[in-house]
Amino acid sequence: MNTLLLTAKLDIVESLRARWFLIYSLVFGGIVALLFAFGLTESRVLGFIGLSRLLVTYIQLTMAILPVFVLITTVRSVAGDREAGVFEYLLSLPVSLSAWFWGKIVGRYVTIFLPVFVAMLGAVVWSLIQGIEVPWGMFFYYTALLAAMAWCFLGIGMLISTLARSTDVAQGAAFMVWLTMLLFLDLILLGVMIQGHVAPEVAVGVALANPLQVFRTAALAMFDPQLIVLGPSAYVILDLFGAAGYQIYALIYPVLIGSLCALAGYLTFRRSDLP
Amino acid sequence: MIRLQNVSKLFKRHRVLDHVSMEVELGERIALIGSNGAGKTTLIRCLLGEYTHDGDVTIGGHSPRAERTSVLGKVGFVPQLPPPLKMPVGQLVNFAAAVCRSDPKRIHDIATRLGLDTHEILARPFNRLSGGMKQKLLIAIALGRDTRVLVMDEPAANLDPEARHIFFNLLAERLENTTMIISSHRLDEVASLVNRVIEMDMGQVVLDDRVAEETKLSAMFQCHLTLLRPDAAIARTLAGWQFADRRDGVEWHGLVSGPDRLRFLGTVTRYVGLLTRIELAEVAPSVTLQ
Repeated sequence: MNTLLLTAKLDIVESLRARWFLIYSLVFGGIVALLFAFGLTESRVLGFIGLSRLLVTYIQLTMAILPVFVLITTVRSVAGDREAGVFEYLLSLPVSLSAWFWGKIVGRYVTIFLPVFVAMLGAVVWSLIQGIEVPWGMFFYYTALLAAMAWCFLGIGMLISTLARSTDVAQGAAFMVWLTMLLFLDLILLGVMIQGHVAPEVAVGVALANPLQVFRTAALAMFDPQLIVLGPSAYVILDLFGAAGYQIYALIYPVLIGSLCALAGYLTFRRSDLP
Repeated sequence: MIRLQNVSKLFKRHRVLDHVSMEVELGERIALIGSNGAGKTTLIRCLLGEYTHDGDVTIGGHSPRAERTSVLGKVGFVPQLPPPLKMPVGQLVNFAAAVCRSDPKRIHDIATRLGLDTHEILARPFNRLSGGMKQKLLIAIALGRDTRVLVMDEPAANLDPEARHIFFNLLAERLENTTMIISSHRLDEVASLVNRVIEMDMGQVVLDDRVAEETKLSAMFQCHLTLLRPDAAIARTLAGWQFADRRDGVEWHGLVSGPDRLRFLGTVTRYVGLLTRIELAEVAPSVTLQ
């Protein structure tokens, strides 16, 4: 088996035994279970009922939890491994730095994406058993959205891990990144910017550059295609991309951000002290 | 074999290695000694290609940083502190064997020789093993492949006397075609294992000397001790060295590995007031420990 896959497998085995993975899986599995338990599939909002209603709520909750979870657990475990001497030992073995770094990303990606996806898949399987209609288009798009979101924040987390030399600094930096993105969500900072007479194009530009807002808008667009909730900025977004165009942008842009951050992380890792 | 030329390393303006130069030939066994902060670990990490640095480091003419996979494929490393890996022992062995292009069976065989039955602990997480078990497994991984260089940081610190003796035998089997660098805080821990001593202080080499080798690594010494009176503390110490009580806690008898003599004598000198006789005599290596 090639070294990259061996490293990925190693990281998956390490993660499966870590406490963070248990909590992470329980959180997302628990969300789906709770949504079913509280009868969300029978309630109606904006015309949504059944599994569509559950998936809309699930994606909203996931968008609030997944980024910070991925950022914190990635930087904690990567920087923690380095501090504890795991890198010193494993990197004394003849593993190329590219195989090590990208293998670690692949392994970590599998462990962060699978619980989120399996929880959603579980909801679909349960619905099929119960005879509830499954909105397949929504399911596949949300799966792609979650995959893009996980990759985006994993890339950012890996970059922070390679730049920060200690777990504390890495954790603090990860939290600051998440907080900054959170502050630039439309309801908080964009509101202030518009009140402060900042040009609407700048405000919309900031929203389109913020991965958290991009996911949020994409999730909204699934049940509000005209983005009425967003107000006038919806015109700019829809004029610029169109409804389908924005859905594609919401997948490609975060993947690009994650990939660029991961690449920057790799180049830094290759040039710096390893342990 | 190993060449360091003007190697310097700075951490935030603090110079940890200061223009270190040395050449090590094939078959040399070096004790790398020095106090905490002397630069031993940094030097080892530069050798393993883990740290960036000024100057040149080559192993067999190649850079361990630029040509990691080919160079490190011939370098075995035993760290002082075992890494807190959560993966099962079997997975660690398979991973190490796969990336080193070795056969896991070689690692299992060496672990068995060291007294560690890996088949019983294959599914157990590495971080749940005892200190001695971890050390034996890391030694087995380092020795269970074709290496030209062995870098070991206090490798025998957690081993019992019998495992230490087997470890010395394993090293003795590789004397001619392997270069060894053994790092330690204290020379007496490793003196009998090496034929050259390099002492570091404040990031510089302050001593580089040869050591006369009169005893083989595999040599065994029979030891008799007579005490003034029985004493619980020395009895516990000698039992740890697997000595047998021959007469009411006053006469003791056991075997000590050649490379362990200095360490053993260092231990018993703590009870020098109780000692009335101590006798060491070399015996055939086939004599078994009691």
